[in-house]
Amino acid sequence: MDVLTMLIPVSLGLGAIGLTAFVWALRTHQFEDPHGDGERFLSTRWDDEPRPD
Amino acid sequence: MTDLSAGYAPRISACPACEAAPLAQRVASRAEAPANAALILSLPTAHCALCITQVEDALTAHPGVRSARVNLTLRRVTVDAPGLSADDLIPVLAGIGYEAHELDPGALAATTADRVGRDLLMRIGVSGFAMMNIMILSVAVWSGAEAATRDLFHWISGAIALPTVAFCGQPFFASAWTSLKARRLGMDVPISLALILASAISVFETAHSGHHAYFDAATMLCFFLLIGRYLDYRTRAIARSAAAELTALEVPRAILLRDGVEETVPVADLRPGDLIRVRPGGRIPADGEITEGASEIDRALLTGETLPVPARPGMILSAGEVNLTGPLVIRVTAAGRDSSLARLTALVEAAESARGRYTSLAERASRGYSPAVHALAFASFAGWFWASGDLRLAVNIAAAVLIITCPCALGLAVPAVATSASGRLFRRGLLIKDGTALERLAEVDTVVFDKTGTLTMGQPQLVRADLPQELRPVALALAEASSHPLARALAVGMEGVEPAALERVTERPGQGVEALWQGQRVRLGRADWLGAADDEGGAMLSSWLAIDGQRPFRLEFTDRLRPGAGECVARLRAEGRRVILLSGDRPAAVAHLADELGISEWHAGISPTGKADLVGRLSDEGARVLMVGDGLNDTAALARAHASISPASALDAARVASDMVLTGKDLLPVAEAVAVAERATRRIRENFAISFGYNVVAVPIALAGFATPLIAALAMSISSITVTLNALRLNR
Repeated sequence: MDVLTMLIPVSLGLGAIGLTAFVWALRTHQFEDPHGDGERFLSTRWDDEPRPD
Repeated sequence: MTDLSAGYAPRISACPACEAAPLAQRVASRAEAPANAALILSLPTAHCALCITQVEDALTAHPGVRSARVNLTLRRVTVDAPGLSADDLIPVLAGIGYEAHELDPGALAATTADRVGRDLLMRIGVSGFAMMNIMILSVAVWSGAEAATRDLFHWISGAIALPTVAFCGQPFFASAWTSLKARRLGMDVPISLALILASAISVFETAHSGHHAYFDAATMLCFFLLIGRYLDYRTRAIARSAAAELTALEVPRAILLRDGVEETVPVADLRPGDLIRVRPGGRIPADGEITEGASEIDRALLTGETLPVPARPGMILSAGEVNLTGPLVIRVTAAGRDSSLARLTALVEAAESARGRYTSLAERASRGYSPAVHALAFASFAGWFWASGDLRLAVNIAAAVLIITCPCALGLAVPAVATSASGRLFRRGLLIKDGTALERLAEVDTVVFDKTGTLTMGQPQLVRADLPQELRPVALALAEASSHPLARALAVGMEGVEPAALERVTERPGQGVEALWQGQRVRLGRADWLGAADDEGGAMLSSWLAIDGQRPFRLEFTDRLRPGAGECVARLRAEGRRVILLSGDRPAAVAHLADELGISEWHAGISPTGKADLVGRLSDEGARVLMVGDGLNDTAALARAHASISPASALDAARVASDMVLTGKDLLPVAEAVAVAERATRRIRENFAISFGYNVVAVPIALAGFATPLIAALAMSISSITVTLNALRLNR
């Protein structure tokens, strides 16, 4: 059972990474246009080079 | 409103006017502020990837535009174009086939910096994280972890759960506290009680090496309820931004004449006695009397009359009418606050008192819920304590009852359906302003339409011009010189003709246009000005063209039908609903339209109070009336009806009084909305049945003392997921 002392912090750490990523996405306004982002992916515009902005 | 208003009934506010009116004033007070670099336009017809590319490319290609970005979820485009105004960009979009309206960035600021929504999302994220981690540990306990291991897992779970409940439960605690202070039992009281009791009992059990801890149930409860809360909040936020968007569409300003100098001021600042100038094509900002100028006045929005009325000094005008041909100077007799705004407030109050009586399905379902849950939990506690004398066991069972009956599914049942239905209608061009509107709409059996501006576009169209070939270029050239709606319609109808060369073109306000053509005087205008005999009782609008010394020619116009009007009426009738046409216009014109659309029941020449009375009479007879109208003359009827819809082109008073607003030009979404509303209400009832069904199965288990944390977790998650999936079926 000694392995628990390592596994529990690891599992919590992985969850915390996910939570941090979610908070970051929220803070950088990535949930403002979910429909548009889904549609934009279909357009071939900016496939070769990134949009300059 | 009942105690539920705090959490469940998605209303935008007690009184939409209170939100719209100050907003309109704020908008107006910024009238003179320098143009903001970022322009926001609403794009009601954009719907796919191609739309995004086309709009962004067209705007970026326009000189002066630095960047443009479409937000498809909100159907808006934000344009960074210093020095340009919306009037420069709207034609660009119209050119590629997109309808666009200017929105006021200031009025929308509150919706973009949407803090509450992000705060709720953050709490959902945190509770989701906590729930999953605790669940991993709980699975070990459920599969038979013993003694020290179990205690260790319970302690770790507690260390995650307690801060999570403290942070994520805040919305529930706050709202429960408010309702307790008001001496009511809201839905949030049993929720908060369950959260606190579950956490407390789990800590106690863990400290005494007990078998069952409900840390996972507490966080799961937070997670599911927060999702319901977020969906509910989003529906309301969309409704609120819809209200803001509509206010932003029309910025109420007036041109004040101060010692002969023109000055643009907000309408709210006008005082009786002020002199204001109204340009041709402008809307009259306040009630007043004409002191200078001659013109024609379009009263369609106020009376439903399609025929313009000549205006001369001394005539009394009301706010909302449109000045057509000549500039006018008006002495204000009653300004904003006293005239139109007061009228509007009175009407909205009438609407609110009528709607306040409506109890939504959620309110009805949960009115008996909170007392029942508390009684059940207390009874199980008392029963077990009396039977076994074991306080710890009794509290444990009471907590299990509270957790299992907790309204996870109930909290999701209505918001999930409302989100899914309003999202569907929004994509079809219909904004829902009121939370209970969908439910009321589902009950509708009679649909009353207004004519001018609702079934028709309120824009005339040329239907007959018996002109000799050589006069067509003359007619076009004369028509192009005027901004009168009939002249504009004539110009559109004469497409493909080369305009003739005219000299000394002059517009005679209130009469028509005259000019010299090959040395002869030619005139286009009203029958009485040209000395022609006109039969005003006809179904058609008319204008006349005359060359001096010759017989005048009659040009006939008709009001253009709104796209989708015929199909909408046909669908409503096919579904077995009674369709009625009401108008303040002349009988001949109304009969013509009713015949064209196949409406057998119509009333012409009805006054505004007549419309409201008729709607009231229908309601008294037991009919559930849906009123569709756009004018000030419809406002009272819109407020009186069971449900109401107005097009985006409607007067702001009408838009405020109605529950739903059409964003596009098409009328077809009205028929669709009724069908979607019926399906949505059916789903809500099904969802209630589902969550009630789960309780019927799970509550006896809890009462009997067999509820383990595993059963609680299963019951909660399965019922929530079924309810959500059932709601999503609406989107197919």
